[in-house]
Amino acid sequence: MSALSWTRVLAVLVKEFKQLTRDRLTYAMMLAIPVIQLTLFGYAINTEPRHLPTAVLVQEDSRYARSLIAALENSRYFDFVAEARTPSELDALLRTGQAQFAVTIPGDFSRRVARGEKPQILVEADATDPSATGGAVAALAALPDRALAHDLKGALAARGQPAAPFEVVIHRRYNPEAITAYNIVPGLLGIILSLTLVMMTALSVTRETERGTMETLLSTPLEPIEVMIGKLAPYVMVGLIQTAIILVMAASLFEVPMAGGWLGLTAGVALFITGSLALGFLISTVARSQLQAMQMSFFYILPSILLSGFMFPFRGMPAWAQWIGEVIPVTHFLRVVRGSLLKSQGIGDQWRELAALAAFVCVVTALAMARYRRTLD
Amino acid sequence: MTLAIDVRGLNKSFGDKHVVNDVSIQVEEGRICGFLGPNGSGKTTTLRMLCGLLTPDSGEGRALGFDIIHEADAVKLRTGYMTQRFSLYEDLTIVENLQFTARVYGLDRRRERVDAALERLGLSSRRHQLAGTLSGGWKQRLALAAATLHEPRLLLLDEPTAGVDPKARRTFWDEIHALAADGLTVLVSTHYMDEAERCHEIAYISYGRLMARGTAAEVIAASGLVTLHGEGPDADRLAQALARVPGVETAAAFGAAIHVSGADKVALEAAVAPYRDRGYLWREVTPTLEDVFIQLMGKSQDNVQ
Repeated sequence: MSALSWTRVLAVLVKEFKQLTRDRLTYAMMLAIPVIQLTLFGYAINTEPRHLPTAVLVQEDSRYARSLIAALENSRYFDFVAEARTPSELDALLRTGQAQFAVTIPGDFSRRVARGEKPQILVEADATDPSATGGAVAALAALPDRALAHDLKGALAARGQPAAPFEVVIHRRYNPEAITAYNIVPGLLGIILSLTLVMMTALSVTRETERGTMETLLSTPLEPIEVMIGKLAPYVMVGLIQTAIILVMAASLFEVPMAGGWLGLTAGVALFITGSLALGFLISTVARSQLQAMQMSFFYILPSILLSGFMFPFRGMPAWAQWIGEVIPVTHFLRVVRGSLLKSQGIGDQWRELAALAAFVCVVTALAMARYRRTLD
Repeated sequence: MTLAIDVRGLNKSFGDKHVVNDVSIQVEEGRICGFLGPNGSGKTTTLRMLCGLLTPDSGEGRALGFDIIHEADAVKLRTGYMTQRFSLYEDLTIVENLQFTARVYGLDRRRERVDAALERLGLSSRRHQLAGTLSGGWKQRLALAAATLHEPRLLLLDEPTAGVDPKARRTFWDEIHALAADGLTVLVSTHYMDEAERCHEIAYISYGRLMARGTAAEVIAASGLVTLHGEGPDADRLAQALARVPGVETAAAFGAAIHVSGADKVALEAAVAPYRDRGYLWREVTPTLEDVFIQLMGKSQDNVQ
């Protein structure tokens, strides 16, 4: 072994640096990743979401009820988006995810406040994602003391003293014990499927190009769609096996409730696997090397984890970030999986998400077919 | 006579690089046509246009009676193409590679055909070996077997024997001739002169232009080249000095001897005259293909510059 030669070190260093700047995608990634990720995720992620959509069932239209609703809105955690007429309507709003909270003000609320009977109002929270509701639930604690302060004057003022004039009963629906795993484990199904399927297929066509086998493949009578189906079919099997493993582990190790909604879940899994594979295939028709394919997959995976509602509450993000999230298939898939497993949503509750996934499959497949070159031109 | 390949005025550019420039090729059925030219002269591009891997910018023609542009699929189905770089699956075994090819072409009696191909190759005993572990010569033979499995009528070979030892090359060419005897038309690009001489005819392409065509003898005769063979003390060391003398187009060492060539016999004789009385022996010989090609290369460079 000879002594360290700085000339030789420099030789390698100069070579590496030149190669780095020639690989424009890598170069762009290094500069773009910090900028994009910081602005995107720095502004988008908010672990204590406010302005959560709330539905209300008012069984008594009174001054107290209006004050109560105003107080909830003033807390800035609750935005009233719908008024239900029946308890089942209220329940549906919560189940389909249109509302994160459902507030029920009972019929004899005013009368019982006046009598000092401490009536209860019911706040049901969709606790499938405990972190999304945590802040809002905490804010409810202060509600009884203050909500009716202006209304209870004179003789009635005593009703607010020394204890609050009413009580708030909180039901954490779908995940009463606020177990994080109930939220994360079904979500992981989407993330794990994305990670493996998108990356594996992204490499599939690129590998042929890189190894030179693409030339032989193109000189045969194979049609693009035949190549695509043939290449993706094995990964459908991979995806289904992964799904089975994750669901079995979710049930046995994490005791995630399997509430039902199997039809919607099956449709969601099928569409999501197809969509992920088609996306991987699209990437592989764009990328010129396996490294590029990996980098592009990575670019897709990050927002899938951060902006889909997997890791951070979807509703905590600003509107523009939610729009990006809506374009990512994982977002819709997570809603289907959590909706099925935790909330026993029926397929009727999930058609929007399933339609979004189907649209993604169609668009990406069409793009991939358009991008796939039948020649080396 | 029937032409298996009949293309005219093929052009192809990549960016501002005009890679193939007005190339016309005709090859009769059952003939082996050698496709020669320096690196980057457009041979591979021309072959790829013939088998539908690239779309010509302009030009027209037929391969096996089908329009190469509008009926590329029909051409593909009847053409075997062997790429310059080994392009079968190295992580599949020999038999798996052949089975894949057989399925892609939708062949009947697959097992039978694959077994026959393995038998012909002499690879039956190693059928379950991974293709990636084969030596260069065996890889080429496997690639040839794969390219001919669907019994094509036209075979396009892109430098099939690059990096293969002489014995394997000999075997390879014997197979090509056997296939041609059965009526297969072969267009094969190569850098080896001995291989060029084993072709029925040759086409020489340089900087995208077709420079010469015909049998080896025709190409040599058409060149109008005169070659003098010189022997004497350190004759091979004279090349550099002689190359600069007017009248000498090429001067190259041939072992211990030297070949000087030029179009003008008188000027050539004058050029070597000073060396005659220094103990060198000069005699006129038939130019070799290599002499002709080196002259052609010089010419085409002049055209470009």
